[in-house]
Amino acid sequence: MTELAVKTRGLSRKFGDLLAVDGVDLEVPSGQIYGFLGPNGSGKTTIIRMLCGLLTPSAGEATILNLEVPREAEALRTKIGYMTQNFSLYSDLTVEENMHFIASIYGLSRSEAKDRVGYLLDRYALEKLRARRAGAMSGGQRQRLALAAATVHKPIMLFLDEPTSAVDPQNRRDFWEKLFDLSDQGTTILVSTHYMDEAERCHQLAILEVGQLKAHGEPKDLMSALSHRVVEITGPDLRQVKEDSLKLPQVQSAAQQGLQLRILMTDNSDDPVQYLSAQLDHRGLSFSAARPSLEDVFVATTQNGDSK
Amino acid sequence: MKSLRRLGAIAIKEFKQLSRDRVTFGMIVMLPLVQLLLFGYAINSVVRNIPIAIVDLSGNAAARVITEEVRVSQVVDIVAYYNTPAEAEAAIVAGDIRAALVFPENLTQRIVNGEIVGQWLVDGSDTMVSAALLALRGMPLHLEAGAPPGAYRPTAPSFEVALFFNPERRSAVNTVPGLTAIILTMTMIMFTSIALVREWELGNMELLITTPIRPLELMIGKLVPYIFIGILQVGIILGLGGLIFSVPFQGDLFSLAIITLAFISASLTLGLMISTVARTQLQAMQMTLFVLIPSILLSGFMFPFEAMPKLAQHIAELLPATHFIRLVRGVVLRGATAHDLSFDIGWLLAFTAIMLAIASLRFKKRLD
Repeated sequence: MTELAVKTRGLSRKFGDLLAVDGVDLEVPSGQIYGFLGPNGSGKTTIIRMLCGLLTPSAGEATILNLEVPREAEALRTKIGYMTQNFSLYSDLTVEENMHFIASIYGLSRSEAKDRVGYLLDRYALEKLRARRAGAMSGGQRQRLALAAATVHKPIMLFLDEPTSAVDPQNRRDFWEKLFDLSDQGTTILVSTHYMDEAERCHQLAILEVGQLKAHGEPKDLMSALSHRVVEITGPDLRQVKEDSLKLPQVQSAAQQGLQLRILMTDNSDDPVQYLSAQLDHRGLSFSAARPSLEDVFVATTQNGDSK
Repeated sequence: MKSLRRLGAIAIKEFKQLSRDRVTFGMIVMLPLVQLLLFGYAINSVVRNIPIAIVDLSGNAAARVITEEVRVSQVVDIVAYYNTPAEAEAAIVAGDIRAALVFPENLTQRIVNGEIVGQWLVDGSDTMVSAALLALRGMPLHLEAGAPPGAYRPTAPSFEVALFFNPERRSAVNTVPGLTAIILTMTMIMFTSIALVREWELGNMELLITTPIRPLELMIGKLVPYIFIGILQVGIILGLGGLIFSVPFQGDLFSLAIITLAFISASLTLGLMISTVARTQLQAMQMTLFVLIPSILLSGFMFPFEAMPKLAQHIAELLPATHFIRLVRGVVLRGATAHDLSFDIGWLLAFTAIMLAIASLRFKKRLD
């Protein structure tokens, strides 16, 4: 195993009575893109804030780049970049002013800042927008600016909190290209998302629910390790089939995808196609087994069979 | 070096944001203008316990009797005795006393002749104070000790009053310099009290606290632009005060600059301190009012400081505006120098240091 950029043991955080993060053990290898996948309220942001030293853990410990947070958070500042969930640059300053501001805050001299900002504006296709106020930019442009600002000081680790939540698919793809470029240059990236396609791009993934780490590993390992079976059904009146299938004890979830109904079976189903066709085949449906997708992994790990 | 660079970055950013915020920028100029016109007329009230000094050139027992009569009127409070009128004048300029009662050498002869028995030297820069002392001019004196009963039949008023600094007793002369204290209290505390809160509310702070910026750099950087704004406002008020209300400017600009900077710093850091306590901009505004209203009522701007109950005076002493009103009236109206007024200046500087320290310590680069 390579060197660890992030290591936590029993990391927990309470807000009053609410346990937002519950005993998370995390190991993020250096140089990888590590994804946090989870619904809203699963503790993604809280973990990232604790790792950046912005929140004090209620229990447990965290080491980032061999520095213990929050005790050594100040020493960590120049080594990490943090892109907040909501746009946090100044919307009444222009692109260029925002970049120079952040550069000065990180202590770059005037000439260093000029070179670095010029490079980043070019790199993130912001050159033509340099005199535009940040408040007047589109979601995608703003995210590029935020990423450029987060990398002004050449951090060796980046924390990105749902960076693409307000960005269209094309811009999201471009954004991920930039992340892979940074990763190739050796930057460790921790990114949270609730998009499956983005999660699938990560080198490694942690699935979170109500503050707990439910599963982690490489996306393809997570998918192949899934013991649940997946069956795809095509045919007429899938809405009704969905209703009926959810009443069966071995069906964990059912989701319509276009003309198909995708059924996730609990892991003790031996021959799911046989079982389902026996239960439901009286209305001209066709059944086929399918490979689990990341969404199936997500549903299987987070719902845990207790809710349908 | 990096520290200065970060401080400069914050200051430049604040300047740019301020110059683009037209409403705020308009307020900075309009507020002093409107208030100047509104407050151009004064408020009067009954005055007591004015600090005065006695200058007795006669050495006569009658002087002590008259002094006692003046004292029991409760209008004045005798705090000092001087040997010459010049010393008394210096004390008035320094703000130690508001007036001095001078008994001439030929006091006995004047009593016998029924002439004026003494002269009041009065700091006319506060119209309410001078009005109260003018009322003493005709006070009846009972001089049993110095002459047989009925022997003193004055054909003239008991005293003659010499009003210094504002001989026509125009209230604008007193109000306009005091107004600088109120306007600065209002704008300086208000702007800085929302300065940090706004960044928390807009989410900018979450980014700032992940950078290497230190709390003190952030605090001072935020203040710098407002120092210039404060100076601009003082310029507007005193400049127009001179043009419209003919408020004289007796002092020197250097002293004015020193006292103004001291007061601006004190108000700005008080605002910053509020900004570390308030969680929303609304809360910050409310806390600003909490300081502003006593500053208007207790500082000596509306009512003479000496006329207030002791408790109110103690509270007023905690307000930077109280000290600045003394300072600015001293410099603008009495021509006092910064050196004459070093106590109040020192108080403001100490206040600044304490507030800045509290604000920096209270500011945590944490979200919890």
